[in-house]
Amino acid sequence: MDWDFLVSLIVRGLLLGSVYGLVALGFVLVYKATSALNFAQGEWVMLAGFLAVAFYTIYGFPLWAAIVITLVIMIALGFAVERAILRPMIGRPVLGMIMATLGMGIFLRGYVPVQWGVQTRSLDLGVPDEPYDIAGVSIPPIQVVGAIVALAMFILFGYLFQRTRMGLALRAVADDQQAAMAMGVRVTTVFAIAWAMSGIAAVAGGLVWGDMLGVDQYLSLLGLKVFPVIILGGIESILGALVGGLIVGMTENLAAGYFDPYVGGGLKDFVPFVLMLFVLMVRPSGLFGREHIERV
Amino acid sequence: MINRECGVFKTTYQADMALYGVPLARYTVIALLLFFAIAFPFLVGVRYLIWTNLVFIAIVSALGLHILLGLAGQISIGQAAFMATGAYTAAILSDRYGQHFLVGILAGGILAAVYGLIVGLPSLRVKGFYLAIATLAAQFITEWTINHVTWISGGFQASIPVPYPQLGPLVLNSEQEKYFFLLVFALIAIVAALNIGRSRMGRALVAIRDREVAAEIIGVNVFRYKLLAFVISSFYAGVAGALWGYYLGNVSIETFTIRESILYLTMIIVGGLGSVLGTIFGAVFITVLPFLLDDLLEAMHGILPVSDVTTFASQLRLMVFGGLIVLFLMVEPEGLASLWRRIKDYFRLWPFAY
Repeated sequence: MDWDFLVSLIVRGLLLGSVYGLVALGFVLVYKATSALNFAQGEWVMLAGFLAVAFYTIYGFPLWAAIVITLVIMIALGFAVERAILRPMIGRPVLGMIMATLGMGIFLRGYVPVQWGVQTRSLDLGVPDEPYDIAGVSIPPIQVVGAIVALAMFILFGYLFQRTRMGLALRAVADDQQAAMAMGVRVTTVFAIAWAMSGIAAVAGGLVWGDMLGVDQYLSLLGLKVFPVIILGGIESILGALVGGLIVGMTENLAAGYFDPYVGGGLKDFVPFVLMLFVLMVRPSGLFGREHIERV
Repeated sequence: MINRECGVFKTTYQADMALYGVPLARYTVIALLLFFAIAFPFLVGVRYLIWTNLVFIAIVSALGLHILLGLAGQISIGQAAFMATGAYTAAILSDRYGQHFLVGILAGGILAAVYGLIVGLPSLRVKGFYLAIATLAAQFITEWTINHVTWISGGFQASIPVPYPQLGPLVLNSEQEKYFFLLVFALIAIVAALNIGRSRMGRALVAIRDREVAAEIIGVNVFRYKLLAFVISSFYAGVAGALWGYYLGNVSIETFTIRESILYLTMIIVGGLGSVLGTIFGAVFITVLPFLLDDLLEAMHGILPVSDVTTFASQLRLMVFGGLIVLFLMVEPEGLASLWRRIKDYFRLWPFAY
């Protein structure tokens, strides 16, 4: 047994998984507060990546300014989407929400290349390229940065949800919209805040992935990894998004590392969904999700 | 369908459930049928025949989704996976074992139905979003499996040839011949879907869609009917996939991806959930739309400030397509079917005011 190989697979998988968690976080934040499903999360990450590249590389802003502008635009987009698309969907069947966000995602996938071209653009965040060598495992610094950013985001949003007045409002709305309304919580504002938070998470994901792989339209495929992560972690749990991301990242890396040569590759896109189906059969609410009890 | 329904007062349940609301409807339907069976393929050019043939296949698959989602309310983002099952079954049977196309289509439908039964099993425990995700997983798993099992696909991203359907000595390989071939199946699919909708089973499915617990209390075996919806829906999809293979002459996984699954969802939403007529409208609209867009781009050639027209065309398609989904959900959630109903209502008493 090659222990170094195993350890390196696990470590890289965990680092990768933390960034999956970051993307899934955007989905969870929105679902938690508004019970809306954003099937366009991957496209948001792509859009954020493109915005950062556009302002940094094409329009020549300094990096910090480009990031700030991207943040502002994505937060504005969160507000706009909540107002224009999701509010009319309240009270409609879940299919409407799924299709509306899918439609938004498809639109973005068409629009972004028209605006910024189809070629892959590199996004250089100024992270050094030569890999760290930790106990025989070589790790690219950007993955470490990604993991740190992801952790910071999780701590930030966890704090916001659990320790602040705004978080209380968010949790109240998530629990019971009418009761929250009766207590004087502005539900529409809370919805907007949740969507804006999702936009922020998308920016973090877009920056990290953009630096790792370059920014192009395939960045939106990241959105597909969201589903195994949230099903595994529990769809309304912030901690679940992180843990789910770590497990999915580790599992797919292990599977790809050990079995890819035998099946001709591509296990990375396959194993997470098998894992997800298994979880759906055994424990649909995931590791940290709430059990849904249906009352008549 | 296209007749005016002036002065219809139904007094019995039988009358309410009849296929033809008024006697005139029978004749308009027969007239339409005759038009499509005799006149249409000789009136239009090959270009439009290709559109029509693609529409026929889309109608079969979309009707399957209509039964699952429109009637039973079970979301599936995996319709293309069932189509792939049917398509590959038929292709392998016809290509490698020399079977007749009817065998291929039937086997494709049945195998897809069995697969649908398995994929539908989670519907016992999960619903709504979770079921959508489960079917999404089935979609990816199917794509991956077909791509990586060389016995099925003939290699990574390969395609396998399908012989054109043969009726006795006649090989159906011109667009016109294939038009009649596909028309038969589309008609069977439409009539079957209409009858499923107004039978005991259709009402049970609608009851499950509208309120599952209430349906269970009045004696509907919820799990059985949910699975039945999955089975019938994937049978439709399997047949559509097989037809697709026989029509195009080859089968590749490229045409059964998640994109196509979303396409079929869009058809029944744009057309109008729960309505057969709406499903047909949606299938026509969504199938023809990309061709119309291409025509539009062609017409605007030289005016548009884009360098690469083909890439732009595919991107424009995505933008229009995505925008359309959102627009319909906002403005006309009942789809084209309700638009049609409103137009008919307007003309019901026309030209009198009331």
